[in-house]
Amino acid sequence: MTRFLLSRLVQAVLTVFVLTFVIFLIGRVTGNPADTMLPNDAPAAQRAALIERMGLDQPLLQQYWLYIGDFVRGDFGTSVRTGGPVVDIVFPRLVNSIALVSVGFALALMIGIPLGIAAATNPNRLVDRVAMGVALIGQSVPSFLSGLLLILVFGVTLGWLPTSGIGDWRHYVLPGLTMAWFLVAAIVRLMRSSMLEVLGEDYVRTARAKGLSNNVVIWKHAARNALLPVVTYIGMMFGIAIASAISTEVIFNWPGLGRLAYEAVIWRDFPLLQFTVAVWALIIVAINLMVDIAYAYLDPRISLTKSSTAA
Amino acid sequence: MRGPRPTPQRNPLKRKKVRKGRTRLARAPKFATAILVVAVLVAVFGPMISPWNATESDLVSRQLPPMWMDGGTSDHWLGTDRQGRDILTRVMVGSRISLTIAVLCILISCAVGTALGLLAGYKGGWVDAVISRLIDGMSAFPPVLIALAVAVTIGSNLWIVVGVISLVLWSRYARLVRAETMSWKQREFVLAAVVTGCRPLRIVLGHVLPNLVSTVIVFSTLQVGYIILSEATLSFLGAGVPPPTPTWGGMIAEGHNYIDTLWWMWVFPGIAIAAVIVSANMLGDWLRDEFDPRLRQV
Repeated sequence: MTRFLLSRLVQAVLTVFVLTFVIFLIGRVTGNPADTMLPNDAPAAQRAALIERMGLDQPLLQQYWLYIGDFVRGDFGTSVRTGGPVVDIVFPRLVNSIALVSVGFALALMIGIPLGIAAATNPNRLVDRVAMGVALIGQSVPSFLSGLLLILVFGVTLGWLPTSGIGDWRHYVLPGLTMAWFLVAAIVRLMRSSMLEVLGEDYVRTARAKGLSNNVVIWKHAARNALLPVVTYIGMMFGIAIASAISTEVIFNWPGLGRLAYEAVIWRDFPLLQFTVAVWALIIVAINLMVDIAYAYLDPRISLTKSSTAA
Repeated sequence: MRGPRPTPQRNPLKRKKVRKGRTRLARAPKFATAILVVAVLVAVFGPMISPWNATESDLVSRQLPPMWMDGGTSDHWLGTDRQGRDILTRVMVGSRISLTIAVLCILISCAVGTALGLLAGYKGGWVDAVISRLIDGMSAFPPVLIALAVAVTIGSNLWIVVGVISLVLWSRYARLVRAETMSWKQREFVLAAVVTGCRPLRIVLGHVLPNLVSTVIVFSTLQVGYIILSEATLSFLGAGVPPPTPTWGGMIAEGHNYIDTLWWMWVFPGIAIAAVIVSANMLGDWLRDEFDPRLRQV
């Protein structure tokens, strides 16, 4: 177990290094960052001075080493646009993002899990068809499109809900639904197939043979065990959810991390972009690590095989 | 420690899935297939038939509604955008862009992913460890961010979009092919080939790869929807194929500020995106269920 934990930890750290290096490389390869920080008519001497001060004349690997060194010491860089430390910009945005993603997940679980169970217990009936239809459409309609439809119906036509920015709970409804819409698809599918698998197990038959009521069998015996793959998947989805949140945040003008990354790119603010992506990568990797550990703890069979698969 | 994940035991008591239709073909999603065929035909021939140019603006006929509404004309069936460009023509050209990108991404990712997956799965050891790390790293990477960064710094084009999507997509192929290779290489016929003295290259290409072809083809159809979705998202955020070339995502981005006034600017490309992706996913699901049900677990 210790060996498994250690190897996952090393892998997680390596993944973060790879991710930050790639984004670092993009920042350097696509032009000298000094050019984006100075006005177009800046004198050559000023440019040279800035390049030297930022260490941009050093070899690429050494620059990366400097960046990592600063990062470890807690100096995450200065935003080109605001001149302040990037941490001050990123963290409020991060909180907003987590709030939105959590609302999305909560809604998705509240809709997805009962729907998946209902579909699995009534295969090929109407509720199953509806559930699979929801899954198919959720998987197929891009979130910027479903978001626009929600805005059109509930924001513009009915005028019930605000469509832009952040504020009281009503501001969470439409962006939260947009995120949930996309997450529900995967949760329904997964819950349904894992539930079907579990319903065929011996202990479910035993529970029925004991004369337990249908509800107890389904909710207490089957659903609890069927939840395990869903839990893993939610962890993996978290990263994807934050990524898909970019377009949701842009549509709803939500001041989150995704929108910040989008703005950082538009402003060509590479220190900001670098840090945003690093935070992003850290979150995704940390969640994957926690899910792996939790899963190995819940299901001891995993640690024997999991370390050899690329999951 | 090493070795493929044991396959879960099938429970004989598990209820059998009730199937509609007697033959595979009878169960095929006909409507979805028809939509895809129409989309391909439109992508190939549509722009040739249309009397309008998808990129030239026409200031006289700006913001015309679809022909069945007040003020619409039969010249522009689905209306025109703010620069007087015909929406129908732009949707048709957009389908050409989306489908081209989908085909290119699949070809590239399939080639790279299959090669690396075979290598990792067959060789094992440190080769496998390195490639697996690479797979993990790339599949966690947010493609949208790379595309945005590249688009702003050096400008985007069709090949950059293809490259960015393939950067993530190859890892899905590699993961699948690696797992499959690891299970196939333990079969008797592969061991027999090893015993008779075949070289590794011949074993991989002649004995393992042919068994993976159907799986990879089915998997590819399931990726079409993902690629078109990603391409549309990139175009929507301004990191796709740049204007004036029409893309579905880009058209929605142009129209979304006029959400209720000029709704036809974004509704029609939206319908096109949704219809094509839903159809591609339905067709992929059918192919998987009929020809390669094991893929469900991947």
